[in-house]
Amino acid sequence: MTEMIYCYDGSFEGFLCCVFDSYANREVPTAICRDEDFVPTLFASRSIPTDRDHAGRVYRKVVKCSPWAAELLRKGFLTCLPDREIHLYRLVQKLLREGPGFLGNLSDPVLCPVAGAVRHLEGEAHLLKGFVRFSDLGGVLGGEIEPKNRVLPILRVHFCARYLNERFFLYDRTHHEALFYAAGKAVIRPLADFQMAPPDEAEASYRLLWKRFYDTIAIKERYNPKCRMTNMPKRYWSTMTEFQDESYFKARSSPAAVSIPGAPAGIPAPGTPPAPGPSAPGSVP
Amino acid sequence: MDVLEKLTILTDAAKYDAACTSSGGSRTAKKGYIGNTSTSLAGCCHTFSADGRCVTLLKVLMTNRCVYDCKYCVNRRSNETKRAAFTPEELADLTINFYRRNYIEGLFLSSGVFRSPDYTTELMIRTLRLLRETCRFNGYIHAKAIPGAAPELVEQLGFLADRLSVNIELPSEAGLKSLAPDKTKGAILAPMRQIQVRNRQSREELVKYRHAPRFAPAGQSTQLIVGATADNDLHILRLTQGLYDRYRLKRVFYSAYVPVVEHALLPARDVKPPLLREHRLYQADWLLRFYGFRAEELLDEETPDFDPRVDPKCSWALAHLEFFPVEVNSADYESLLRVPGVGVTSARRILSARRTGPLHIENLPKLGVVMKRAQYFLTASGKIADGLRFTPDSLLRGLIAAEHPLLPQPPMEQLSLFAAV
Repeated sequence: MTEMIYCYDGSFEGFLCCVFDSYANREVPTAICRDEDFVPTLFASRSIPTDRDHAGRVYRKVVKCSPWAAELLRKGFLTCLPDREIHLYRLVQKLLREGPGFLGNLSDPVLCPVAGAVRHLEGEAHLLKGFVRFSDLGGVLGGEIEPKNRVLPILRVHFCARYLNERFFLYDRTHHEALFYAAGKAVIRPLADFQMAPPDEAEASYRLLWKRFYDTIAIKERYNPKCRMTNMPKRYWSTMTEFQDESYFKARSSPAAVSIPGAPAGIPAPGTPPAPGPSAPGSVP
Repeated sequence: MDVLEKLTILTDAAKYDAACTSSGGSRTAKKGYIGNTSTSLAGCCHTFSADGRCVTLLKVLMTNRCVYDCKYCVNRRSNETKRAAFTPEELADLTINFYRRNYIEGLFLSSGVFRSPDYTTELMIRTLRLLRETCRFNGYIHAKAIPGAAPELVEQLGFLADRLSVNIELPSEAGLKSLAPDKTKGAILAPMRQIQVRNRQSREELVKYRHAPRFAPAGQSTQLIVGATADNDLHILRLTQGLYDRYRLKRVFYSAYVPVVEHALLPARDVKPPLLREHRLYQADWLLRFYGFRAEELLDEETPDFDPRVDPKCSWALAHLEFFPVEVNSADYESLLRVPGVGVTSARRILSARRTGPLHIENLPKLGVVMKRAQYFLTASGKIADGLRFTPDSLLRGLIAAEHPLLPQPPMEQLSLFAAV
């Protein structure tokens, strides 16, 4: 069998067309890569044009075989699994060859990497539902995340329901795209770069209130940083209000207006120097 | 006093309450209202504090003024501490603004007993009513029912909150009498029974009328303090089981007692909170709720406390070696759940996977089975893991070694050359 590399435009439809064309040409690609990642090699390559009609036919067939496989395919495409296209291709191949029976067996060698990657994606999205922090920017809520997987399509349902009557956006620093929502409509658009505006007076004060709450709620006698890190890995901290440094809590108009007296009795989060303050009520002297 | 200082005082006073969950809520988003409750089964953690506990709700007290004098409590009448109280408006504003920024899932409102249980409950009702009706807040609310409050007020509270809780705190009546002289067992259990009955009625009404108001739709929970009194684990676990069986509680929380005051009846100030014991109780609690275990199976009069070295499920397995090994290809779900290292998820995956063909040992880790514990207790297609040999004695050592790195280690101690031996 000849080695063949497929190139496609990077969209989900484009990937489905790769599946379509491989069956149409009766060949099995050894790799599927996006146009911009393609490095010319000695192997033959084929550029696959995206055809919505072809993509629809492949997708409908997969749904007919197993709706769950279609979900795996959709979500698997959002994951950060290395060579995810070829893994997904093999999944479709096995599904069409053997039927959906093997999907019940998570230890199946074709299903296992895809299912694992999808679990990783869903786990990250679940954590981010809690860890996303919004700022009120003149009535519009804005937030930033730095995920490994493309979680925005998963988060969309959650945040659109939660902030039904708000306007908000959520910027993904890793994949340079943003989710915009206003008046019942949500879109995900590529966005090359984004800088959050400094907070106004009210926003800064709520940030400070939250930081104070966070620092106070911890019980000193139970201090357990390892447990915290297991539940909330450090890579999420960069976008969370409670771990930002002092400048994050200063309002734009009056830089010195908000002072940060230390949180008594609690354990200040790393990143903020412990400021001197009176010892708290009920704390150990 | 500004809101920042109030927040500090009232958070500091509320932090010893362990409950902080948002599971079981089912408020869907509504036009014109703010928020919903998380649709996922597990609830939603918004951050984890430095002690590793999940922060889901804005957990504060309405006020830390209290007429009671419970010995174990930081807010007791005789304690010299700064007192503060939120106004309903301040609290509603904080909740809404924290919620909009996705800091929290909702509000956890508890309170010291200010003037009387009734007066305090009325204050809480005013706050929740302001939140729900004026601010149109549709997120999660957990409210504490104050023991001794009038049933009519608890009823009103239940229609505003998603979950109610009444804290038992001390696991025995003797403990209650000596440490919390103002509380009685009857005053604690009465609102619990009321919440349970009212919740059931509300469910029945919902079947008949779609828009019937919901009474505490996420049920009720309670908290037990571990280590303040001499009660053993068996007693605590039996109490827990009784609460799940008879009062239909959603959760029982355990809180390792943190010595905050010096008192003859309490552990000394320098005693460390019994965190490992609390951990073992939580593990046993899960066994009761999801694994079909009964309290009497896990502990008995001869061993009334959990083994600190291995978890309760391993302890049970070691005492019942005749039950093992379990064959993964033929055992039923209940037997699979009894294997240490196999949980609810992996047991379901085994059931599903073995329909496609026989399972082998090397398939099991991919299904989520924790082999370092499970390998001693199961066979797959008649075989155990390659090269595994053990006797009942080395089995215990193997399990302790598997568990050891997960437990908090005692601090290193510098040995002295000249110390008297």
